[in-house]
Order: sequence, then C-alpha cells, then structure tokens
Amino acid sequence: MNVLIIDYGMSNLGSVRRAFEECGADVSVSADPADLDQAERIVLPGVGAFPDGMAHLNAAGWPEKLRQTLANPDIHLLGICLGMQLLAAKGHENGETVGLGLIPGEVARLDPGNTKERIPHVGWNEVHFTRPHLLTDGIKDGTDFYFVHSYHFRTAVATHALASTPYCGGFSSIVCAGNVMGAQFHPEKSSRPGFQIIRNFLTC
Amino acid sequence: MLKTRVIPTLLWKDLGLVKGIGFDSWRRVGTVLPSIKVYNTREVDELILVDITATGEAREPDYDSVEEFCAECFVPLTVGGGISSMDHITRLLRAGADKVSINSAAYSRPTLVQEASARFGAQCIVASIDARRMPDGSLECHSHRGSRPERRHPADWAVELEKLGAGEILITSIDRDGTMLGYDLELIQELTAVVTIPVIASGGAGNYNHMLHAVRDAGASAVAAASIFHFTEQTPLEAKKHLDAHGIPVRLLA
Repeated sequence: MNVLIIDYGMSNLGSVRRAFEECGADVSVSADPADLDQAERIVLPGVGAFPDGMAHLNAAGWPEKLRQTLANPDIHLLGICLGMQLLAAKGHENGETVGLGLIPGEVARLDPGNTKERIPHVGWNEVHFTRPHLLTDGIKDGTDFYFVHSYHFRTAVATHALASTPYCGGFSSIVCAGNVMGAQFHPEKSSRPGFQIIRNFLTC
Repeated sequence: MLKTRVIPTLLWKDLGLVKGIGFDSWRRVGTVLPSIKVYNTREVDELILVDITATGEAREPDYDSVEEFCAECFVPLTVGGGISSMDHITRLLRAGADKVSINSAAYSRPTLVQEASARFGAQCIVASIDARRMPDGSLECHSHRGSRPERRHPADWAVELEKLGAGEILITSIDRDGTMLGYDLELIQELTAVVTIPVIASGGAGNYNHMLHAVRDAGASAVAAASIFHFTEQTPLEAKKHLDAHGIPVRLLA
C-alpha cells in the first residue's frame, strides 16, 4: 500500500513514518502536492497550532489538490492530532482560521469541568466507540490511547464522530466522513492498539 | 478517565546510559538503544531521554543518535538536552521526538518557549525546571545541569513558563536526584498549586509509595524516575499496579 505522509513542516514526522513502515506500508514523505497522484493512502500528521498548520498547507497548495484527490472514494486520508483538527471547516485557536473543510465542524479549546482537569490533555485515556467501523476493527471498546492536545473537534454531524473520550465533558476522539478519517490521539505512539488502527486504515 | 503516567527517565552521555546522585557522580548503567527497546516492548506510558552533556559542551542535540533511538520507540518520547533554537526543535521532531524538553535556554531566552509553543503547539513543549534547596531551606532554580543558580523560585518560574506557552512542567529536585529517598513533595505541591498545566514529578523515587505520594498528596499528573528502574527490581508496570491498588487511575495493559 502506497502511503504518502504530508510534510508541511509541523509534525513528529519521524515517529509517524516509522510506525507506518513498521505496519508494512510503503511510505513516502512529501512536501509536493503533485505526489498525491501516486498515493493510495494519505496521512496528515500534525503537532502544532491550527493557524500555522493551515498557513503552511495553503502556502504549498495542499488544500485544493487534496480535495481533488479525495474525490476518489478509494483513496483514504487519516489526520492525526492537529492533522485531524485541520480537517474541520473552522478552527478557534488564536483567533478564527478557515480549515480544510473536509469534515463539517469546528475546533474549539477543551473546557475543563473542574480544576483537576488540566490542559493540555496529556496522557493515556479511553476511547469509546459510538458505532462499529473498519478503522476500529479488532480493538476493545474503552482501550487507552495516547493523547496530547488542548483543542478538540466538534463535528457538525453527530454520526461523523466514531468515538469519544471522557475528558472535559467528553470529546470526539475519532472522526470519519466517508474516506476522510481523523484520530485526536497518536496511533503512532499508542503501542499495539495504535498499530491496529494504522493496519486497519491501510486495509479498510 | 485520564491515566497517571509512570515515566522512565533515560539520561544519556557519550552514547551510554548513566545515572548520578544530585546531578553528579555519574555511573554508567547500560546503553541507550537496548533500554529503549525493552521499554518499548513493555509498552511503558512514555519515556524521557536527556542528553546530559549537550548544554555543558555548548553543542546542539545529536540528531543522528536520536533518530536511531526513535526508530525503535513506539511510545511517546520527550527529548531534552542542548535545545536552544527553533531549528533544534524542528530537527528533533523530524528525527522522531514527540515532545522536547527545554531547560537552560529558557532562562537566557524565554522567548524560545513562546515561539516554540506558537509554532509547535503547547503540547509539544515540556519546560524542565531543576530546583535546589538552599542552606536556609528556600528553593532556587538552577540551569546547566544544576551548576548555575538562576535566582528564581521554581513556582514563580513555573507560572512564567506556563504563561510563555509551556504544555507541561518537569520538576526535578537536584537534592533528591538519585537518592531514592522520595520526591520533594513540598516542591511539587508548590508547583501543582499554581499552574494549570500538568506537572511531572522527578528526582528521588525509591519505591512505589513515593510515586503514590507525589500523585495523591502533591498533585503530580505523572511521575518520572530513573534510579529505581536502573538499580532495583522495581518496574513501571508494578508501580502502576501499586497506584491502581490505591485508587489512582493508571493504564494497565490488557
């Protein structure tokens, strides 16, 4: 499976590349949107702030080319952490920013319900599935995955949330609209369950 | 529920794994790569890897070595030591680090924390503070692996680092480091009371109860430890079982 990891200068690229290789993918890391033509699976990683992320993607011309490429339903995209958030129509980190708009919804800051809930949300927390999906196949409901983030994706369409995680009143930890998917946690850093997600993404 | 993390700290010097007492008297305790492989197989919650000589030798991080270590690491990895520019951080993240820890450079150039947080996100920036108790009992921050007093109180500095955009604070007691006498609970408590970001306790863990105290009594979100894992038979998994038995939520593997 040909996997293209989008390099827009803001990711733990090394980690993501190694995890996909370990799961048997044929990985290329690219900063050139033209390379999307060869990809069967696309990964949008991300560590950083929403406005910077979009600025970098826009500057290299990714958004339009991504929309064209994803018109083919056999090509799947997985956004990870910030990469998942950028799939939204709009972000509210350091002001308002237009996102990729691949999944309807907005990205807002986590709102702690009590002083014990520190932000960023860092560490292992449960992922509860709202419905079965090939991406989460073979993973036990409530399995812990590794999170590190301060913002969360609020989907406009409830069924686009595949899983939720109990923190700050609960937030969507996996989103999916057709061939566009996103995980708020880091599958590449979540040991065996994370690898299962990656393998599922490669085969689903 | 968010789980309390137990984090082995790997101190690295000349490609060897070392551990000292009070930031001194370093002993070689192994090699880095095999240790990372073992912790990866055991699926630890997270690892902290610090190049302890980079800042002292005024050199930048050793990206090639970090890349080699990261190739075998599928658990979250924080890398520290010698980070003093945005370029260092970019290159470490490319090499496979997930978070970076900034210590000495933050005192001379606080804007580094600010810029790094704006670019890479707060969640990527772990601000590391090394604190020493002075003869009168007061606490003072020290940089350059404990050798340079910074005339700041750790709690004040932690508040400032949070304002600058740090996503987590790693607080290490220089006095307790390597002693296995327990964390400096007062120090940790002072910090957890004044910041809203997670605080990782470090320095002094000698048994599982010490970890329990740091979490339950001092409010730490995570506990980091080195000597206990290098020099005793105690393990991160057993530590978590102990925490679990006392009602602290932890990640126990299926």
